[in-house]
Amino acid sequence: MTIAKTRPVSDYPPGGDAFRHRHLIGIAQLTPWEISYVLDAAEQWVDLNRAGAAKHDDALAGLTIINAFFENSTRTLLSFEIAGKRLGADVVNMHAAQSSVKKGETLIDTAMTLNAMRADALVIRHQSSGAVQLIADKVDCPVLNAGDGRHEHPTQALLDALTIRRRKGKVEGLTIAICGDVLHSRVARSNILALTLLGNEVRVVAPPTLTPPAIERMHVTTFTDMNEGIRDADVVMMLRLQNERMDGAYLPSAREYHALYGLTPKRLEKAKPDAIVMHPGPMNRGVEIDSSVADDPVRSTITEQVEMGVAVRMACLDILTRRKRKIPGWA
Amino acid sequence: MGVTPLHIVNAQLIDGDTPRPGSLLAVDGRIAEIDPTELPEGSETVDAKGQWLAPGIIDLGVFATDKPAFHFGGITRAALMPDAGRLDDPGLVERAAKGGKPDLWVHPVAAATKGLAGKELAEIGMMKGAGARAIATGRARIADSGVMRRILSYAASLGLVTIIHAEDEGLTAGAVTTDGEMATRLGLASAPAIAEAIAIARDLMLVEETGAPVHFRQVTTARGLDLIRTAKAKGLPVLCGITPAHLFLSDTAIGDFRTFARLSPPLRSEDDRHACLAAIKDGTIDILSSGHDPRGPEDKRLPFAEAQPGMAGAETLLALGLNLVRDGHVSPGRLFELLARTPACLLGVDAGRLTVGMEADLILVDADTPWQVDAKKMAAWAGNTPFDGMPVQGRATAMWKGGQRIR
Repeated sequence: MTIAKTRPVSDYPPGGDAFRHRHLIGIAQLTPWEISYVLDAAEQWVDLNRAGAAKHDDALAGLTIINAFFENSTRTLLSFEIAGKRLGADVVNMHAAQSSVKKGETLIDTAMTLNAMRADALVIRHQSSGAVQLIADKVDCPVLNAGDGRHEHPTQALLDALTIRRRKGKVEGLTIAICGDVLHSRVARSNILALTLLGNEVRVVAPPTLTPPAIERMHVTTFTDMNEGIRDADVVMMLRLQNERMDGAYLPSAREYHALYGLTPKRLEKAKPDAIVMHPGPMNRGVEIDSSVADDPVRSTITEQVEMGVAVRMACLDILTRRKRKIPGWA
Repeated sequence: MGVTPLHIVNAQLIDGDTPRPGSLLAVDGRIAEIDPTELPEGSETVDAKGQWLAPGIIDLGVFATDKPAFHFGGITRAALMPDAGRLDDPGLVERAAKGGKPDLWVHPVAAATKGLAGKELAEIGMMKGAGARAIATGRARIADSGVMRRILSYAASLGLVTIIHAEDEGLTAGAVTTDGEMATRLGLASAPAIAEAIAIARDLMLVEETGAPVHFRQVTTARGLDLIRTAKAKGLPVLCGITPAHLFLSDTAIGDFRTFARLSPPLRSEDDRHACLAAIKDGTIDILSSGHDPRGPEDKRLPFAEAQPGMAGAETLLALGLNLVRDGHVSPGRLFELLARTPACLLGVDAGRLTVGMEADLILVDADTPWQVDAKKMAAWAGNTPFDGMPVQGRATAMWKGGQRIR
C-alpha cells in the first residue's frame, strides 16, 4: 500500500488563512490547497484511530456538537458521532423522525432552536438541496454539510480523496470514472468538484436517464457505455442506485441495470490492472456491484473509505472549531 | 357625475411613439379632449411639470389584489388570475370584481375549469355575466387536449380570450428550474426549456382548429417565441406576454438557492433571455405584465425546491419597462402599448390609451429619477422581488382613476 507524504505545515498559509471558511457547505467553495490541508490534517487522526485501544483526544472537550439529521442515515451519522466523541466533544443526535419537524415546524425555526441551545458545531443532513446553506445563514456556529439533497456531500468527497491519495500515492493526474446514478447523487457532485479541482481526469458513466443536464460544464467527459467509460481508469467509483429508480421511471429493471452497468470482475478488466474500486455505501450487491469485486481486498477500498470517513470528519470538526477554541492564528 | 373636470397641462403626452408636449382634459371621468382650447367652468388644473402623461398601467395576470403595490406602480387596472380566489364560480367572480373599489379596477379572469382541475368546464358564461373579462387555465396548463379544445371553442363563442400557461406537465413534473449548468451544480431537479414550446405547439394547433383567440401569458424561450412568430404570420388570433424577470434575469439568478428567483415558468438560459429581448423589439411579444404574486416568508424562506414560485412585481414593472426604453428595445409609445393598450383590448375595456372617449385612467411618470429596489421596503404585502438591490429609474408620481385623483 502506498501512502502519500503530507506536506509540511510551512507549505500552507499561516493559521486560519489555511482554511478560510466558517462552514463546510460544499467543495464548490474550497481551493485545492484547502482540500489538501484537510487531507493532511486527517492523516494524524488515521494514526490515532489505529493506535490501540485509547482513541481519545481532548481537543474538543467541553464543546457541544449537534448532529441534526432530517434525512435518515446510519453510517454518516455514526461516523460523525464517533468523530466528535474521539475528539472529546459532547455529541447529541437529532433525528427528524423524533423531532418537531414532523409536527410542522419550519426548517428555520428548527435551526433557531438549535442555535439557541448554543451548539458549538452543527452537522446537518437534509433531503433538500440548499437546506444546509439556509441554516448556516441563520446560526452563529460552524455548520458542516452531511449531505443536502442532490447538491453536495463534501466530507464524502474529502474521504474519497484521502482514500485515493493513500492508495495511489497521489490524487492528481489520475483517470477516475464515476459510475451510476449521477443525476440524483450529491456524492457524485462533490467528487466531481474535488477531483477535477485537484487535477484529475474525471469521467461520468451513466445511463442517459441518470446523467444530469449540462454535466460536461463541470469539466467531465460523459459515457453511456460502461466498458468504454472505465477503460484504463485508475479509479472506478461506483454510486449507490436507489431502489425507487429501478421501477421503470428511470431504468427498466435492476437486472437490466446490472447487465449494462453492473461492475463485474470481467468488466473491471477494462480498467487499469491496479485500478481501485470505490463505493460510498450502502451497496446493492448484485445490482451496481458484484460481491466478488466489492470484497476483493486488493481492489476494493470500501471499508477503508469508512475508516477514512471518521478521520476526515475529525479533521473537519477540529479545523472548523479552531476559531471558537481561540487557537493561535485562528482569530 | 360629480367629478370636477380635470385639466393636465405642461405634460409630455404618450399618445404616439415619442412623448410630445401637450395637455389633456377629462370630463365626467372620461378623456374629453387632447390639447383643449376651451375649458369647462370649475375645472381643476394640474401642472405636470414636463413629466410624461400616460395611460394607467393595466396589469394582465396578477395573483393578489395588492392595492398599495399597484398604486405605487402606477397600475390602475389589474386582471386577477383565477388561482388567487379560485374564481370558478359567478359569486366569487362578482366579489373579486368589487375587490378594488373605489380606487382600483379589478378585472377577474375566470377559471376555465371547475376548481382549476383541468377536467370539467366551469360556468364561463355566467362568470362573464358576473364580470369576468377573460378565462385562464391558471398556474398550469390543461393537460387533456380534448378538454382544452372544448374550452377554447366555448370561450370564443362568448367573446372571451383564453389565457394560457404553457408548460408540458410530463417534462416539468417535479422540476423547479430549467435544465442547464446552474441546475446541475445546485443539484436541483430541472426540466428542458422545450417543455414550453411543446405546450405552445399543441395549443396553437387547437387555435388553428377552433379559431379561438388566446393569450400565452408568459412565453420565455426562443423556441416558444419562434412558434408564436410563425402563428402570427399565419394570421392566427394569438397574443403573448412576458414579465420583466425573463427579460432581465437568467437562471444564474438562482445561484445560492435564492428562492425569490424561483418563478413559474422558471428562469431560462442567457440565450433564451436574449431571444425574449429580441421578441420585445420585433413585436412578437404583445404584453408586459408584473405577474404580481406576493409571497411571505412561509412560502419563500425555505429550501429552494420547497419554496413556492412567484415574485412581487407590481412596483418594479414600470421602472423595468423604462429600462427597455433606455436600452433601445422599445419606444415610450410602444412601452405603453405593452403595458396598457393591448391588455385593454384583450380585456375589452375602454382604457389603455390617451384617446377621446376613453376612461380617464391616467398616470404621471417621472421617467428619470433613480431609486433602488429594496425587498425590505416594498409597498406590496411581501417583498419577494428577484430584483432586490437593483438600481432603477422612473416611477409614477400621480394617478387618476376615472378622472379622480388616487395619489
